[in-house]
Amino acid sequence: MATAAALPTERQNYLNSNYGWKSWLLTTDHKRIAILYLISITFMFFIGGFFATMIRLELLTPAGDLMTSDTYNKMFSMHGIVMVFFFLIPSIPATLGNFFIPMMIGAKDLAFPRLNLLSWYIYIVSAGLMIYVILTGGVDTGWTFYPPFSTTYSNSNVVLAGIAVFINGFSSILTGLNFIVTTHRMRAPGLTWNRLPLFVWSHYATSVIQVLGTPVVAITVALVAIERLWHVGIFDPKVGGDPVLFQHLFWFYSHPAVYIMILPSMAVMSEVVTCFSRKRIFGYHFVALASIAIAVLGFLVWAHHLFVAGISAYAALVFSLLSYFVAVPSAIKVFNWTATMYKGQISYATPMLYAFGFIGLFTMGGMTGLFLASLGIDVHVTDTYFVIAHFHFIMVGGAVMAYLSGIHFWWPKMTGKMYPEGWGKVAAGLVFIGFNLTFLPQFVLGYMGMPRRYHAYSGEFQVLNVLSTAGASILAIGYLLPLVYLLWSLRYGKDAGPNPWNAIGLEWMTSSPPPTHNFDETPVVTWEAYEYDHAPQEVPVGN
Amino acid sequence: MFQNLPLWPERASSFANNVDALYIFLIAVTGFFTLVIFVMIGVFAVKYRQRAGGRATQIEGSYALEATWTLIPFGLFMVMFVWGAAVFMKEVQPPANAMDVFVVGKQWMWKTQHPEGVREINQLHVPVGRDVKLTMISQDVIHSFYIPAFRVKHDVLPGRYTSIWFHAVKTGTYHLFCAEYCGTLHSGMIGEVIVMDPSDYAKWLSGGAAEDSMASTGEKLFQQLGCATCHRSDTQGRGPNLAGVYGKQQLLDNGQTVFVDDNYVRESILNPGSKVVSGFKPIMPTFNGIVSEEQLLSLIAYVKSLGVPQNAPGSNRPAVQQGVTAPNTASKAGNAKVQ
Repeated sequence: MATAAALPTERQNYLNSNYGWKSWLLTTDHKRIAILYLISITFMFFIGGFFATMIRLELLTPAGDLMTSDTYNKMFSMHGIVMVFFFLIPSIPATLGNFFIPMMIGAKDLAFPRLNLLSWYIYIVSAGLMIYVILTGGVDTGWTFYPPFSTTYSNSNVVLAGIAVFINGFSSILTGLNFIVTTHRMRAPGLTWNRLPLFVWSHYATSVIQVLGTPVVAITVALVAIERLWHVGIFDPKVGGDPVLFQHLFWFYSHPAVYIMILPSMAVMSEVVTCFSRKRIFGYHFVALASIAIAVLGFLVWAHHLFVAGISAYAALVFSLLSYFVAVPSAIKVFNWTATMYKGQISYATPMLYAFGFIGLFTMGGMTGLFLASLGIDVHVTDTYFVIAHFHFIMVGGAVMAYLSGIHFWWPKMTGKMYPEGWGKVAAGLVFIGFNLTFLPQFVLGYMGMPRRYHAYSGEFQVLNVLSTAGASILAIGYLLPLVYLLWSLRYGKDAGPNPWNAIGLEWMTSSPPPTHNFDETPVVTWEAYEYDHAPQEVPVGN
Repeated sequence: MFQNLPLWPERASSFANNVDALYIFLIAVTGFFTLVIFVMIGVFAVKYRQRAGGRATQIEGSYALEATWTLIPFGLFMVMFVWGAAVFMKEVQPPANAMDVFVVGKQWMWKTQHPEGVREINQLHVPVGRDVKLTMISQDVIHSFYIPAFRVKHDVLPGRYTSIWFHAVKTGTYHLFCAEYCGTLHSGMIGEVIVMDPSDYAKWLSGGAAEDSMASTGEKLFQQLGCATCHRSDTQGRGPNLAGVYGKQQLLDNGQTVFVDDNYVRESILNPGSKVVSGFKPIMPTFNGIVSEEQLLSLIAYVKSLGVPQNAPGSNRPAVQQGVTAPNTASKAGNAKVQ
C-alpha cells in the first residue's frame, strides 16, 4: 500500500491497522464486518436491480415479446427473493447498524464479535447458493413461495432457493441477537436507555423481530422443501395439506419482516433530521416507544395479506382493525420528524435531501397502506399493481432512500473521505424523480385492475407502463451514480476530519476512520441524545 | 380529460359504487394529510434554512401535540375501518336467492358451468340485474377470480370451495383475470365476463348444444358410480338417505355435528372416513382420483336437488344456520331452465 508507506505518520485506524485478505476475512472488528456486508449487499442489490430492469423492459409493450413467460416469471421471482432476503433485510442493520451501534454506545465492539463474523459467512454461503440457483436456471415461485405451486407444480429449483433463504435467516437471527445483547450489556457509563440515540432504539426493535420472526419463515420454507421432496402432506390438498396454512406461516414472518426493513430506516432518519436541523428530536420518548409499538403490533397483522385467500370474514375484520392500529405509531414518527424541523437551522446536504425524500415517500407509502387495510378496497386492489406500488413506496421510497441517506451521512466517518457533494445532490434528485415516475403510475394501474406478475397485459394499461419504465431508467442512473462517485471518493475525496457535520453522537467524537477500538478512552455520557443546543449551529459542509 | 387515461375501471356491478366512494373518500383524507406534511416540510425547509449566526430553537416536545396527532389519525382510521368493513360484509354474504354458477380453475384456463348444464371456457355469461353466486374450486394450484369492473376478487383454492357473488348493473363485456400467480401462463389465464339482458341471456342459455342440467348429470353419475346401492331413497341403505340432508345440521358418529354444504358433500365423496354420519359404519370407499372437479360439482348439484321437496316453501322446518358461505336453500338445480 503506497499511501501507507508514503504517510508513515498517518493515524492508526481500523482500515490501516493491518493488511492482506486474511486480516479482512478473519476479522472480528464490527467495522470491517460492516464493510464486508456493505460490499456483499451492494453486489446483491445490483443483481436484483438487473432483474428489475428486465421486468420493466418486458412491460414496455403489452405483448410478452422480450422473453418467454417462464423467463419473466423467474425475473420477478428472483428480483423479489434477492431484494428482500439478500439486500433489504440485511441492508441498514448489517452495514450501518453493525458499524455504528457499538460506536454510538461507546463500546469497543459488539457483544459477540465472532458471532458477528459468523453471521457474515452464513450470509455469504446463502448468497452464494442463491447465485448458484440463479445461474443454473433460477426459480419461478415468486418470492412468496406459495404452495401447492411451489411444492408440486413448479419445475424450477425451489428446494435450493428455499435452502438459501433458510440459511440466510440464521445470519439475520445472529445479527439481531448480537444487537440485543450489545444494547443491554455494552453501553458506556452514564448512557441510560433514556439517553440512547434513537438509531439504537429502532435497531433494538428491529432485532426483536429478527429473533422472534425469522425462525418461523425458516421453518416454513423448510416445510415447502419437505413436501416437495418427500410428498409429505402439509400444504397441498392433494396429499392432505392446507395451502392457506402456508400463507399464515409465511406472513407471520414476512409482515413483521417489512418492519425489519423499515425500522432501521427510521433509525437513520432520527439521526439525519436532527443533525441537519440542529435540533433535539421532537418527542424523544414517543419516537422511541413508537419503534417498540411497531415491533409488537407488527406481529398481529399478518392475515391482512389473506383477505381474499379463504379466511373467515370475521378474521378479516379483526386483522383489518389491527392493521389500522399499527399505522398509528408510524404516523407519530412522521409528525415528530416534521416537528423536529420547526425553528431549526436546516441545511441541505445530500443526506438531508434523501431524508426529505424519505419522509415524503414513506408518508405516501403509509397512506396507501390505509387503502389496503380497508377491507372494501383491498378486495379490489390486492394482487394488483396497487400493492406493488404501495410496498415499493415503503421499501424503496422508504428503506432504500434512508439507506442512501445513511451511507452519505456516515461515509466520511467510515472512510475518512468526503463524497462529492454536487454529484450527491444530483443523484438524490434523480432517485426521487425516477422513483415517483416509476411507481406513481402503478397505483392507477392497480386500481384499473392490472394484476401483478403479468408477463403480458391488456393494451389499455400500456401508457402507464411506459411511464413506469421511463421512470425506472432514471432511477437506475440515480442508483449507479453513487456507486461511481463513492468509489471515486475513496481515492480522490477530500479528507473528512472527525466530524464534518458538526454532529452530536459518540461516533463523531473519534477520528475518521475510527481506530480499531473505536475510542482511546471509554467515554462517560452525561448528556441526552441530540443536545444540538451545545453544538455549533451550522453544518459547515454540504451547502 | 381522462378519456384515454381513466382512473378506475367501469362500474358494472352494484359493489362498484360503494368501493369507489370509499376509495375517493380515502384519497381525499390521505391526500389532505399528505399535503399538510409536504407543505410543512417545504415551509420549514425554506423558512428555517441555515443562516449565518442563526440559532435553532430547541423544543423538547409537546404532549398536547402528540395526543393530537395520535388521536386524530386514530379516529380517522376507525372511520376507514368501519366503512371498509361495511362494504366488505355486503360482498361476502350472497343473497339467498342468487343464481348459481360454478367455476373450476386450472393451469391456465377458467371453466364455468351453469346449473342448466351449459359449459364455457374463459367466458362467463350472466344476466344483468340478477344476483349471481359463483362457487369456485381449483384443480391444481391457487388461482384468483378477479373481475375489476365488478370490484370482486377471491382466491380459488384446490381442495375446497370458495364463493363470491355480484349483481351486474350494466350490460357489456368485461375483463376476467387470474390474480394469483399460478405458473407459466398466469397472464394468459384471462377471459371475459359478458353481461346480457335477461332475455338475451335466456336465449343464449337455450341456444347452445342441448345438455343435461348439472343435477341430472349428477343423478346419472350417482347411478353409474354405484352410489345409489348404499345411499338408497329409503331407510334400509348401508349409507344415509341423502334426501333433504343438504343445508341441514347432521349428527356424526363422534357426537359432533356438521353443516351439510358443498364442502362437506365434497369431502364425504373424496375422504368418506373423516366425518361419518351417526348410525353408519365407515365403509364407503374413497372416490379420490375417480371423479373430476366438474363431476363433483354435478354430484353436489344432485344431492342439493334431493333437498328441494322437503325444503320447499311452506315447509315448517326451521332454517338451520346462517354462515358466511350460507346454504343455497332455494336451489334451482332441480328445476333447470328457470328463465
